[in-house]
Amino acid sequence: MTQFLQQIINGLSLGSIYALIALGYTMVYGILKLINFAHGEVFMVGAYTGFYAAGALGVAGFEARNQGFPLYLALLVLIIAMAAAAVLGMTIEFLAYRPVRSAPRLTPLITAIGVSLFLQNAGMLLFSPNPQRYPAILSEVRFELFGVIVTNIKLTIFGVALCLMLGLHLFVQKTWTGRAMRALSFNIDAAKLMGIDTNRVIRSTFAIGSGLAAAGGILFGLDQITINPLMGVLTGLKAFVAAVLGGIGSIPGAVLGGLLIGLAEQLTAGYLSPAYRDAITFVILILILLLKPEGLLGIVRVEKV
Amino acid sequence: MRALVRVALTATVLLVIYGLQVGVEHGFTEYVQRIILLAGINVILAVGLNLINGTTGQFSIGHAGFMAVGAYSAAFVGVKLAAPIHAALGPGAVADAVVFNLALLAGALFAGISGLVVGMPSLRLRGDYLAVVTLGFGEIIRILFNNATFLGSATGYFGDSPSGLPEYTNFFWVFAWVTAIVVLIHNLTFSQTGRSLTAIREDEIAAEAMATPTTRLKVIAFAISAAAAGIAGGLFAHMQSGVRPEDFRFEKSIDMIVMIIVGGLGSISGAILGGIFVAVSLELMRDLQQYRLVLYALLLIVIMIVRPEGLLGTRELHHLLRRKKPATPRAPTESV
Repeated sequence: MTQFLQQIINGLSLGSIYALIALGYTMVYGILKLINFAHGEVFMVGAYTGFYAAGALGVAGFEARNQGFPLYLALLVLIIAMAAAAVLGMTIEFLAYRPVRSAPRLTPLITAIGVSLFLQNAGMLLFSPNPQRYPAILSEVRFELFGVIVTNIKLTIFGVALCLMLGLHLFVQKTWTGRAMRALSFNIDAAKLMGIDTNRVIRSTFAIGSGLAAAGGILFGLDQITINPLMGVLTGLKAFVAAVLGGIGSIPGAVLGGLLIGLAEQLTAGYLSPAYRDAITFVILILILLLKPEGLLGIVRVEKV
Repeated sequence: MRALVRVALTATVLLVIYGLQVGVEHGFTEYVQRIILLAGINVILAVGLNLINGTTGQFSIGHAGFMAVGAYSAAFVGVKLAAPIHAALGPGAVADAVVFNLALLAGALFAGISGLVVGMPSLRLRGDYLAVVTLGFGEIIRILFNNATFLGSATGYFGDSPSGLPEYTNFFWVFAWVTAIVVLIHNLTFSQTGRSLTAIREDEIAAEAMATPTTRLKVIAFAISAAAAGIAGGLFAHMQSGVRPEDFRFEKSIDMIVMIIVGGLGSISGAILGGIFVAVSLELMRDLQQYRLVLYALLLIVIMIVRPEGLLGTRELHHLLRRKKPATPRAPTESV
């Protein structure tokens, strides 16, 4: 029982990272019908920006004294990484996706794969292909709750992810830009006719999605201790599966899907075999495509000519 | 009469390939020969992948997985068949050829079956899901081979003898299979089925309205494409005395995509050129290993923005030479 609870705790914290990344996939897909393959790499760049920002802010000094960053510095690292990723996301959109936006579907998809591949390999050249140990932005505190070991890191991951998701929800529901995003995902041509500057809204969608992915990157670094330039490939894929599971285009769906994928992965690792923790995601993907291709919270839309 | 002509034609082609083999083995160094063999294997991969990505307009980015399935099953079947067939036919070139081709067919069969398994759930939906499923499949297959102890796990499968797999692959067999697969896929592309596939690419909903069985055709095209990758895998396995899971990483799938995009999505002659281009450019860029994928990635992005249809588009080289530019594959002009 305690082992089960332990896996649940770990699964929820891992799942909330997937959920943060899945939001970016689902928002872009909702508007452009594009699988933004480069999103996993934006997540990776976010993690590395956090890594270097923490280094520049003198994390080594705190680590030597066995302390984490004070709250304001930790938040600063988070904000720097999110801002850098937002700029990267907007640049990718402007340079690579906008020129092919009106082309047949396959063209943007191949472009996205190209961008993803480019960032992976540029990352290996810039950051070195070897894994890096992530700095202890938080120093770990363990405590026991009903026999289950909980760390402040897991709680922070869950808390930060929850705050960001709530923030996104409020943004999409309450602000003008959020409403414009919903209008675009409903019908981009009609939105354009209503005088919405679609380029601007798409740009902010990329910025927000990329910022969330960067936050996910830092949390991932805290959770998994090491980062490497190829970390975005598998994590990005899992987050995409999470978005499909929840219903691609649906924001609550992405959160639900992320948590479910995290739980499934931890339970597989705990009860079956750690070797299959990566495989279970794709089993889920194939099952959901067979049984309910619109996803758990997705809406069935009939394709029209 | 037609049958006789075909037999004569096949015999001539095989003789020509044999003659070329003698020439190549005497005229070129081992290093150049290896590049030529790799180019042939690439052509099989590219022409096969082009059937699904180019002609049908779906998108597979995990074809290295099918190549891996083909390579491993061809290697395994080849090793297990060698003893009984040598017992029946006696040792010698004939028995070797029988074992090798049966092994390749087994590779094609298993790769084709895994194509069916992957294709059936994902091809019912729009093309971009296939991209994700095939990407996942490519990774899972590698994880499975990494953990399969009877196939040597991460060190790879080298057969039962200490010298590794027998190196059956030579110029003759590679180019005999290249010819067979190019002819097969060419005939398929320019048949009625092929035009249905093109219709799916151009407008799936319209194709469905014209009573084209879209899902079934997509799955069949995908399985054929996977089987071709399986043959290429089998040839590849018997070229270097063993198969390792590391040979079939995501980069391999990207190489294949570069092959068909450089040449032109939907063009068989483009795929052939692309296959040769990648084999040669990989050798030229050997010293620039770490920049290779950066360059390939930039190449993909730039081609997509500047000339999304690739070098040849959907045109075929022999159409250009005849100064005819049919927009879509035409029906064969002669009547049967």
